[in-house]
Amino acid sequence: MMKRFWQDNSTPMLCTKLGVTVVAMFSFAIFIMPPLYDLFCDITGLNGKTGDAYVLEESSSINDLGVDTSRKIKVQFIASNNENMPWEFRPTIKTIEVHPGEVAVINYFAHNPTQRDMVAQAVPSLVPFKAANYFHKTECFCFNQQPLAAGESAELGLSFIVDLEVPKQVNTITLSYTIFDITNQQQAKTVDEKPSSVVLATVN
Amino acid sequence: MAHGPAKGFTRWLYTTNHKDIGSMYLWFSFAMFLLGGVFALVIRAELFEPGLQIVEPGFFNQMTTMHGLVMVFGAVMPAFVGLANWMIPMMVGAPDMALPRMNNWSFWILPFAFAMMVSTLFMEGGGPNFGWTFYAPLSTTYAPPSVTFFIFAVHIMGASSIMGSINIIATILNMRAPGMTLMKMPLFVWTWLITAYLLIAVMPVLAGVVTMMLMDIHFGTSFFDAAGGGDPVLFQHVFWFFGHPEVYIMILPAFGIVSAIIPTFARKPLFGYSSMVYATASIAFLSFIVWAHHMFTVGMPIAGELFFMYATMLIAVPTGVKVFNWVTTMFRGSMTFETPMLFSIAFVILFTIGGFSGLMLAIAPADFQYHDTYFVVAHFHYVLVPGAIFSITAGVYYWLPKWCGNMYNETMGKLQFWLAFIGLNLTFFPMHFVGLAGMQRRVPDYNQFFADFNMLSSMGAFLFGAAQILLLYNVISTIMGGKKATDEVWENPEGLEWTVASPAPYHTFSTPPEVK
Repeated sequence: MMKRFWQDNSTPMLCTKLGVTVVAMFSFAIFIMPPLYDLFCDITGLNGKTGDAYVLEESSSINDLGVDTSRKIKVQFIASNNENMPWEFRPTIKTIEVHPGEVAVINYFAHNPTQRDMVAQAVPSLVPFKAANYFHKTECFCFNQQPLAAGESAELGLSFIVDLEVPKQVNTITLSYTIFDITNQQQAKTVDEKPSSVVLATVN
Repeated sequence: MAHGPAKGFTRWLYTTNHKDIGSMYLWFSFAMFLLGGVFALVIRAELFEPGLQIVEPGFFNQMTTMHGLVMVFGAVMPAFVGLANWMIPMMVGAPDMALPRMNNWSFWILPFAFAMMVSTLFMEGGGPNFGWTFYAPLSTTYAPPSVTFFIFAVHIMGASSIMGSINIIATILNMRAPGMTLMKMPLFVWTWLITAYLLIAVMPVLAGVVTMMLMDIHFGTSFFDAAGGGDPVLFQHVFWFFGHPEVYIMILPAFGIVSAIIPTFARKPLFGYSSMVYATASIAFLSFIVWAHHMFTVGMPIAGELFFMYATMLIAVPTGVKVFNWVTTMFRGSMTFETPMLFSIAFVILFTIGGFSGLMLAIAPADFQYHDTYFVVAHFHYVLVPGAIFSITAGVYYWLPKWCGNMYNETMGKLQFWLAFIGLNLTFFPMHFVGLAGMQRRVPDYNQFFADFNMLSSMGAFLFGAAQILLLYNVISTIMGGKKATDEVWENPEGLEWTVASPAPYHTFSTPPEVK
């Protein structure tokens, strides 16, 4: 009775289009926005995330030009514990002065004072954001999860190079690590994974 | 065709009639308005004096959260959908909404959504306590266990809004009477058409963000968890990508209502009709590119701060066009000041004040001072209470005689207006000062030197609450009886809704009207 009332446009067609828009916007929020945000942060250095492990290549500008001894960059290290993370966690030195292009190696110290084995993940953040893409880590404990048995301590290594191209106005870089307790997530994962490995075994 | 409503309770359960569903939406939203108001009064009672006296801080947080959620999703949005249901078919000369059964469904899932959300207050660990903006990780890692119910309640509300908007768009685009071209539509229809498109675009994003929360909480993903490689700031971007258009969803239909009322009582046609349409569309477009002004302090590059600052200030241009048109419509008109007009004039004045404090907040460097203070609370209450609540009240008084065939009590209406007007300003104006002086939002206690202003605010809040009881009484007594209204109700009002009898028959425009 109500179908095709006075105007000629078809209501089902219109509703289908609107429904598709709804599904598209939902997918946009879940599947496109997060990667887009990560990409945006990668390019701009926003949110201070430093990149993955940096590989020194023969042709890279660092090897070609060597070390720029005319500039000194002060690098400061900060450590903080996420809420309820009981580990002792600190850099062994607070600041270091490096020349752009020079490889620097420092250590963080971590100690698990609890009675249980734990796994931690350190998440870096760097200011100023402008410098994030010029701070290369050739080796970092933050690339891996850090398991420490009850009462155990460890020296966690970090080596980095400040790029020769680092913007002129950058004289100080502050690198902060926040350490998160991910023991529970790890346990949940191993529990999840066990049944599948059992299935695999029987198939074999 | 000409049959009346069914008898008994099943009439309301099974109805597909746009007037029945409109009434249910309006009653539901009024119930939610009172509930959200009670939550607000708990907050104001606690803040009456410095120190902790009435509620626990944890419960205070649940109150601020639930007040915001209930008012936004339970009171303002359903009230506008209710007005749309009642008025849009009558304004465009259609017999009903385009999809009457879906209309029934989109209403009836709402009470369940809110029952579920409000029930969390009685669960172990309490209800949502993370603010209506539910920033992660407060709403994920540190949330009470009841957060899952909150998430599903938001999903249901979103589904309801989306179905409502599809229905409204289909009605407006496909069911207009012959001769009713787009540029002849009343502005309430125009603003709702644009609002419905905003809803279609951003409600799925809200559903997306709560779905990501759900996955972070229960399925081990790390969208917002830094330990797993996610980023809590992402939450704020996605949320405000929904949230900023959402605040315009709550104000654009209000523009439509006052654009209908002011010409009637100024006895002049609306000034600048087409510029009103274009201004509404521009505001809707700009709403998508200003979201980060809610998060200036989160750490953005200068270029970002500048972009969002200028884009935000740009919104003042189309909004200024609207305010100019309303004022010019009134200029040299033969104005009378019946209750709907009083609410509409107060809307224009107070909404403009809220707009100015919005401009202050848009200045990125200044926002670092204002962020998360009562200045922000004052700002958005000045745009939402006189904006959404006053315009809805104005619309109810304006169309109530058409709905039930009786005139409301004008004296009581004016009394309600003045109580609400004084109560509102007494509540929210002092918040500007305490905010600028540094009083933070969402904290149950405060420094003693804010005491006097807070006491004023609390007294104003109770006055404002009392005024709403008067509205309830006035509406009920008008439905029960009173002076009969004429078909035109007002003096020469514009629009097809005034050409049908008062009260509007159960079925209107079964044959299309002629639109010249």
